[in-house]
Amino acid sequence: MGLLSHPITLVADWLRNLFLGWGLSQGLTTVLLYLIAAIVVASLANGWVIFLIWFERKIVGRMQDRIGPNRVGPYGLLQPFADLIKIITKEIIFPDKADKPLYVIAPLLMDAAIIAIWAVIPLVPMVGMDFNVAALYTIAVGAFATLGIILAGWSSNNKFALVSAFRTVAQMISYEVPTVLALLVPVLLAGTMSLQGIVEAQHVWYIVLAPLAFLIYFIASVAEVGRTPFDLLEAESEIVAGFHIEYSGMLFATFYVGDFLHAFTIGMLGAVLFLGGWRGPGAEAYPILGLIYLWIKAFVVYFVGVWVRGTLPRLRIDQMMNFCWKFLTPLALILLVEAAVVDRLLLGFTPWGRGLVHLAINVFIGALVIAYARAYDNRRKRERPLAAKPGQYPVARPPQPAAEAQSD
Amino acid sequence: MTAMQIVFLITAVVTLFAAFRTVTTPNLIHAALWLILALAGVAVFYALLNANFFAVIQVVVYIGAIAILMVFAIMLTRREMRDRGKQTSGRWWWAAILGAVFFAGVTWMIEAVALPSQPTAAVPASSIADLGKALVNPNGYVIPFEVASVLLLAALIGAVFVAWTRHNS
Amino acid sequence: MIPLNWYLIVAAALFSIGLYGVLSRKNAVAILMGVELMLNAVNINLLTFWRYRAPTTTAGMAFSVIVFAVAAAEVSVGLALFIAVYRRFKTIVTDEIDLMKW
Repeated sequence: MGLLSHPITLVADWLRNLFLGWGLSQGLTTVLLYLIAAIVVASLANGWVIFLIWFERKIVGRMQDRIGPNRVGPYGLLQPFADLIKIITKEIIFPDKADKPLYVIAPLLMDAAIIAIWAVIPLVPMVGMDFNVAALYTIAVGAFATLGIILAGWSSNNKFALVSAFRTVAQMISYEVPTVLALLVPVLLAGTMSLQGIVEAQHVWYIVLAPLAFLIYFIASVAEVGRTPFDLLEAESEIVAGFHIEYSGMLFATFYVGDFLHAFTIGMLGAVLFLGGWRGPGAEAYPILGLIYLWIKAFVVYFVGVWVRGTLPRLRIDQMMNFCWKFLTPLALILLVEAAVVDRLLLGFTPWGRGLVHLAINVFIGALVIAYARAYDNRRKRERPLAAKPGQYPVARPPQPAAEAQSD
Repeated sequence: MTAMQIVFLITAVVTLFAAFRTVTTPNLIHAALWLILALAGVAVFYALLNANFFAVIQVVVYIGAIAILMVFAIMLTRREMRDRGKQTSGRWWWAAILGAVFFAGVTWMIEAVALPSQPTAAVPASSIADLGKALVNPNGYVIPFEVASVLLLAALIGAVFVAWTRHNS
Repeated sequence: MIPLNWYLIVAAALFSIGLYGVLSRKNAVAILMGVELMLNAVNINLLTFWRYRAPTTTAGMAFSVIVFAVAAAEVSVGLALFIAVYRRFKTIVTDEIDLMKW
């Protein structure tokens, strides 16, 4: 067992022997080891956010034709540290008549819920909690993040925050439906809910078998994180900053970190469920390579999220709800049925044969959906032509007050 | 006293206290949050019973959907955000007596029966797979399962119909 | 291992608390919360008996699944009703909805 092939097992064994050498009991040692592992994973995740903040600001800056952070350190790399010091030294302000305990619990609940997802992600082969309902567990702890936002909105005693809490309920409960349905497709293909099992079953990445499910999962997840184009819960131009309008200092920073961490965690889950997790050349022999592969894949998904964020404008709430209930949910149901039926018929195929048949059917369904969407759009345009002509004001003008009313 | 029993007792105390606050606190939003804590405690009981699947389902269905919907409904059905005045009906002590009598009676019955302290067998590793098969097995529970799905569909349509705003009436 | 009757007593206590909540509360949503507590108490019993008496069969789990489905349906319809009632009476406090007492 060399340092290169099993570094984590090696460290764990060393620590275990150390603790046993101190005369601690077997049970206590196990508890301590789990505790250390939890602290390491949580710190790793939260520390990684520092880099993510710099990365996202830089990328979004470039997309918006700016340079982004460039003053502190090379390429502005130390900017997040400067921000960190600034925000730690700021006062935590409690609004008048705020519900104090809830006000403090809310950001912690949100951050903790997202870190709890990391408990079941298989970072490398054989490491990570192998939980037999892990796929469902990721959805379950996601509910606590939603709860954190609602609590923040309610306890702030601020009407904008409350509007944000309402929007959160509508958005997150709705988008949970397509997320779960899309997540069931890889579960169905792998025949297990254990994330480790799903990764092991991906001889062919599930993005080949179920590209549309991946797309739905990605879109719905972005909506669950509440990022542009689904950032209705913090829409600066409408409700100022939404649920965290009253927060300052470290409590605000916890929300901020939670947001970035959630976005990356979604990328991580997408990589595990659809992009083969730690799979890659040599990952079985040298598990530490698996961690690097997983990180790269997660980063790619995260980057696409940032890209979308920097590109698309915000949706209206009715558009968002229609998109969820009238488009994503039926499509996810169709894909689920497709995966179940076709996979049953394909028993005994080679992995690649199975993958290609699934891919062909997915492309067919995708083409049908695009054709349907085109036809729907054309029909709608015929029935309700836009009032504005080219070159005119793009939105219907608000009704003008009558001339005699003005003269009064 | 084993570690499991200590965990059980702590969970029981937390759950029952949270449940008690749920039915007594005058602030309804707080009641909903205490309810969430109580439901989370029940999820821990399921985990202690080696029913991990049900523990996770409890969190998804009860906390993720039901409790959050309740918070939503509480926020929607009021003109001001604070609850004022008494939240209990005038004859609340009748309810208290009834609850206490019910608890005493059930406890007396439980204690009167000799109950095992050990499970008869370990949970098989395939129990969730067995449940899944039983739910779609014609000789198992396919009819209750289908009835439950029809019920859910009816509830979905009914909820939309009842809460629908009729703008033009 | 935890004795079976511990679970049953906790479930009975939870049920009694829920019962008290249903009978004593005035706000309709709070009454629904009491109902949820009672349903949970029943579910604890179902799963406890499954675990202690028949862990190799699926009956207890199947019952429990149905209880979950019914609880979800009940809450969605109940809350929809409350919202409709609120729209008409501007309150969901049960003793203020007294149209039939005129």
